[in-house]
Amino acid sequence: MTEYKPPLNDIRLVLNEISDISRLCDLPGYEHVDVETIDGVLEELGRFAAEVVSPVNKIGDQEGCSVSDGVVTMPKEFGEAWDHFVDSGWGAISQDPDYGGGGFPLAIHTVLTELLATASRAWSMGPMLTAGAIDCLHTFSDESQKEVFLPKLVAGEWSGTMNLTEPQAGSDVGALTTKAVPQDDGTYRIFGTKIFITFGEHELVENIIQLVLARTPDSPPGTKGISCFIVPKYLVQDDGSLGERNDYRCLSLEHKLGLHASPTCVISYGENGDGAVGYLIGEEHQGMRYMFKMMNNARLGVGVEGLAVAERALQQASSFALDRRQGKAVGAEAGEQSLIIEHPDVRRMLLTMRAYTDAMRCILYANAATLDLAKSHPESEERQLASDRAELLTPISKAWCTDLGVEMTSLGIQVHGGYGYIEETGAAQHLRDSRISPIYEGTNGIQAIDLVGRKLRMNEGKVIRDLLDEINDFTESLNQHGEEFATIRSNLADSLQAVEEATAWLTEKGTEDPIQAISGATPYLRMLGQLVGGWFLARLAIGAKNNENIGDPDFRNSKMTVAKFYAEQLLPLTRAQLGAVTAGSSDLFAVPEELFSI
Amino acid sequence: MDVVVCVKQIPDPADPGELNPDTKTLKRDTKLILDESDSYGVEMALQLVDAAGSGEVRLVSMTPGGETGGLRTALAMGAESAILVSDEALAGSDALSTAKVLAAAIKRSNPDLILTATESSDGYTGTVPEQIAELLDLPSVTFGKEVAVDGELATVKRQTESGYDVVECPLPAVISVTAGVVEPRYPSFKGIMAAKNKPVEELDLSALGIDPQTVGWAGARQEITEIADSPAREAGEVVVDEGEAHERIMAFLDDLKVL
Ligand SMILES: Cc1cc2nc3c(=O)[nH]c(=O)nc-3n(C[C@H](O)[C@H](O)[C@H](O)COP(=O)(O)OP(=O)(O)OC[C@H]3O[C@@H](n4cnc5c(N)ncnc54)[C@H](O)[C@@H]3O)c2cc1C
Ligand SMILES: Cc1cc2nc3c(=O)[nH]c(=O)nc-3n(C[C@H](O)[C@H](O)[C@H](O)COP(=O)(O)OP(=O)(O)OC[C@H]3O[C@@H](n4cnc5c(N)ncnc54)[C@H](O)[C@@H]3O)c2cc1C
Repeated sequence: MTEYKPPLNDIRLVLNEISDISRLCDLPGYEHVDVETIDGVLEELGRFAAEVVSPVNKIGDQEGCSVSDGVVTMPKEFGEAWDHFVDSGWGAISQDPDYGGGGFPLAIHTVLTELLATASRAWSMGPMLTAGAIDCLHTFSDESQKEVFLPKLVAGEWSGTMNLTEPQAGSDVGALTTKAVPQDDGTYRIFGTKIFITFGEHELVENIIQLVLARTPDSPPGTKGISCFIVPKYLVQDDGSLGERNDYRCLSLEHKLGLHASPTCVISYGENGDGAVGYLIGEEHQGMRYMFKMMNNARLGVGVEGLAVAERALQQASSFALDRRQGKAVGAEAGEQSLIIEHPDVRRMLLTMRAYTDAMRCILYANAATLDLAKSHPESEERQLASDRAELLTPISKAWCTDLGVEMTSLGIQVHGGYGYIEETGAAQHLRDSRISPIYEGTNGIQAIDLVGRKLRMNEGKVIRDLLDEINDFTESLNQHGEEFATIRSNLADSLQAVEEATAWLTEKGTEDPIQAISGATPYLRMLGQLVGGWFLARLAIGAKNNENIGDPDFRNSKMTVAKFYAEQLLPLTRAQLGAVTAGSSDLFAVPEELFSI
Repeated sequence: MDVVVCVKQIPDPADPGELNPDTKTLKRDTKLILDESDSYGVEMALQLVDAAGSGEVRLVSMTPGGETGGLRTALAMGAESAILVSDEALAGSDALSTAKVLAAAIKRSNPDLILTATESSDGYTGTVPEQIAELLDLPSVTFGKEVAVDGELATVKRQTESGYDVVECPLPAVISVTAGVVEPRYPSFKGIMAAKNKPVEELDLSALGIDPQTVGWAGARQEITEIADSPAREAGEVVVDEGEAHERIMAFLDDLKVL
C-alpha cells in the first residue's frame, strides 16, 4: 500500500478560490485566524494525518475489532494514534474557544475531516462522531451540561456517539421505541436497544458520551415525540471525576464489508433493570428538530468521506500506474514493456479520478464556506442567503460525493488490474471502506428526495433559481477568458439548459403529482451535482492562473486540463440524466411486485 | 535550567533546490524548514527542562533572509523564544564563521546547557558544535544519545561504534546529540497558535559586535573548489539463490568491511 501524501496544494487552492478563505477569516469571531496561520496549521495537520493516522489504516482493516463480555478490543495502534490525537489537540480546531476550542472556520474543520478520513476511514469515525456530538451539545444543551461534557469532548479525552437506529427504525427514525422514563430528580432512565452504533463502545478513551434518541411516556407518535438524551458510559460526579458505570452494555459488533476496525455496536440500555441514567438535552419532543439542525454539518462530513476515499484511491492508483509495466504503448520502442500509465485507457481512468476528486473537493469546501457565512456573517440577509445555499448544496455534497467515492475507488481497482482485486495492494480496502457512506446519515435515495421534495421548493424555487442564475452568469463571463475556455463555456451552457428543463419539469410535477417528481429524484441529484462540479472546476482553473504562490506551474496548469477534460468528457453526462428525470414513475411501477419475487 | 538549542533552518530535502554554479553554494530561495537533525535536540531540551521542573528552552539560528519557518516549528514544539541572526555580510560563511556567530548569540544569555545536532542534514561538516564550545571556552561532548542533568553535572551516554561510553562533565557545556535518540513531539494545534506570539529576536552582526570582515566570504577560511554531479547509481549485483546465496552475501559484506 502506498503512503498517503496530503494534497495540501489542492486544498489551499480550493480554500482560496472556492471557499474564499480570506473572506471567512474576516468574519466576526475569526479575528485570530489569517491565511498565513492556516497555512502553517495545514502543514502540521497534514504531517499528523500522514505520519500518525495513515499507518493504522491497513492494520485496522486486517485486525478489525471484537467484543467480549461487553468490552471492545481494537488494534493497539488505534489507541496509540488516538493518544497522539489528544496530545496534538487537532480535534479542537474549529470548536468554541469557551470550551477549549481553536475557533477556526468550519471550512478548516472540513480540511481536518478530509485529512483524517483519507488517512484512515475507520479510525476517523471516532473523531467524526465526537464532532457531531459536540455540535449537538453545543447548540442545544444547557450551560451546566456544556461545562461538564464539552471540554473533555473538545480535547478528545472523551468520545461521542449518535444513537438513532433501531431494527425497525432506520431511515424511518420516527419508528423508534427506546423509552425514557422521567425521575423525580429531573434525570431519566433509558430502556431499549440501539443497533449500528458507531464507536458505541471501545477502550480508547476513559468515557463515552452517548447521545440517545428516545421516547418519553405518552409522547406523540412519529418524529414529533422524540427526545434527545446524554447517556455517559461513566456517570460524571460533581467534582468532575468519573463515578459509577451506567446501565448499558454492548451486546455485539457487526461484521462488515469495510471499516473493519470501527466498532458498529448493538447496545442495550437498561439491561440491569434500573435503566441507564440519561439527561435531557433541551426540551422533550424536540429531538428530531435538533437532529435536523445538525444535519447539514453531519451530512457535509459524510460527503467528505466520498472525497477522502477517492483521493486515497487516486494516490494509490497513480503510483501503481507509474510502476507497473505491461504491454507496449503505441509508439513505444520495441523490447521493453511500457508503464501502464502510457496507455490511453489508463490515463483516462486516472484523469477521471482526478477530475471527480477535484470537483468533489470544490463542492464540499464551498458548502463548508456557506455554513461559515450562515453562522457568522454580520448581516442577517447574507446569513439567510448563505444558509439557503447550504441547504441546497448539502444533499449534493452528501449523495453526489459518496456515490462517486464508491465509483472512483472501483476505478482505482481497475487501474491495478488483477492486483487491485487482491487484498495485498490495499486498493480493495478503499472500495470496501467507501461503500457505507451512501447508506448512513440519510441514504442517498433520501438525499435525492430531500433535494427534489424540499430544497427545490425553498422560497418558491428562488434558492435553486439563484444557483442556476449564478452558473449562467459565470458561463457567459467565460467569454473574457479566451478560446481556451470555449468548450467549457458551450458544454456548461448545454448542461445548464438540461438542468433548467429538469428543474422546470420537477417543479411542475412536484405540485401536481409528487410521485412523478420523487421517481426522478436520484438522476436529478446526479445531474445537478455534475453541473455544479463542472462550474467549480472552471472557476478553479481560472483561480490557479491567479495563484502563483500555490504549487508549481505544472500543478497550476493541470487545473486547466482537468477543467477542460471534465467539461468535454464528463459534463455531458448531465444531459444524459434528463430522460430519467422526466420519465416519471410509470415504468417503475409497471412491473407487478410479484415478478420481483423469486 | 535554561537550555539553548542551536537549530539550523534548511531547504526542504523533499524540494532541495539547486546549487549556484558561481558561488558553488546552495541557492536558498526556497522555503526553509527546521533541520530534522535539530528536532532531536529541541525534544531533548524540552524533556530536560521538564525534568528539572523550571527554566526554558531558547533557540539560536543563523539564517539568510530573516526566514523563521523552521523556528516556528521548534517554538510550536514548546521552545520559549528564539534569536535569529541574519546579515548580508554572512553570505559565504564557513563553519567557523557560523560558530562565531552562534557563540556570540548564545553568550547573550547564560544558559546552563547548549545542545546541537552532531551534524546538519545539508552541510554536515559536523564541526560547528566543537567550535562553539572552544569559542565559549566550555566543555564539548559529542554524539550524545542520552543526557541527564543533576545540578551542575551532566551525565552523557556517548554513542560509539561498538556501544556507548558514559561521560560526565560540568555545566555549562556544549553537547551534540545524534539523530533518532528521542521521538520529537508533533507540534500541537495549541503549540502552533502559541508560537505565533513567541518572541523571535532578529539580530545583525553589529548587534552581536562582530566585525563583518571576520565572517562571510570576507572571513572564510574554507573554500569550495569544485562541485560535481553525484555518480549515477550503478546496477546492483543480483545473487540467485541456489542454496549457497548466504555465503556469497556474507563474502560481499565482508569485502565492504561492514561485518
Ligand atoms: C457501518 C454503519 C454505521 C452506522 N452508524 C450509525 C450510528 O453511529 N448511529 C446510528 O444511529 N445509526 C448508524 N447506522 C445506521 C444507518 O444510519 C442506517 O443503516 C441508515 O439510516 C439506513 O437505515 P436502514 O439500514 O434501516 O435501511 P432502510 O431504511 O430499511 O433502507 C433500505 C432501502 O430503502 C430505501 N428507503 C427507506 N425509506 C425510504 C423512503 N422513505 N423513501 C425512499 N426510499 C426509502 C433506502 O434508501 C434504502 O435503499 C450505521 C449503519 C452502518 C451500516
Ligand atoms: C561557502 C559557504 C557559504 C555559506 N553561505 C551562507 C549564507 O549565505 N548564510 C548563512 O546563514 N550561512 C551560510 N553558510 C553557513 C552554512 O550554511 C552552515 O551553517 C555552516 O557552514 C555550518 O556547517 P554545517 O551545516 O556543516 O554544520 P554542522 O557542524 O554539520 O552542524 C552541526 C550542528 O550545529 C548547529 N548549526 C550549524 N549551523 C547552524 C546555523 N546556521 N544556525 C544554527 N545552528 C547551526 C546545528 O545544531 C547543527 O546540527 C555558508 C557556508 C559555506 C561553506
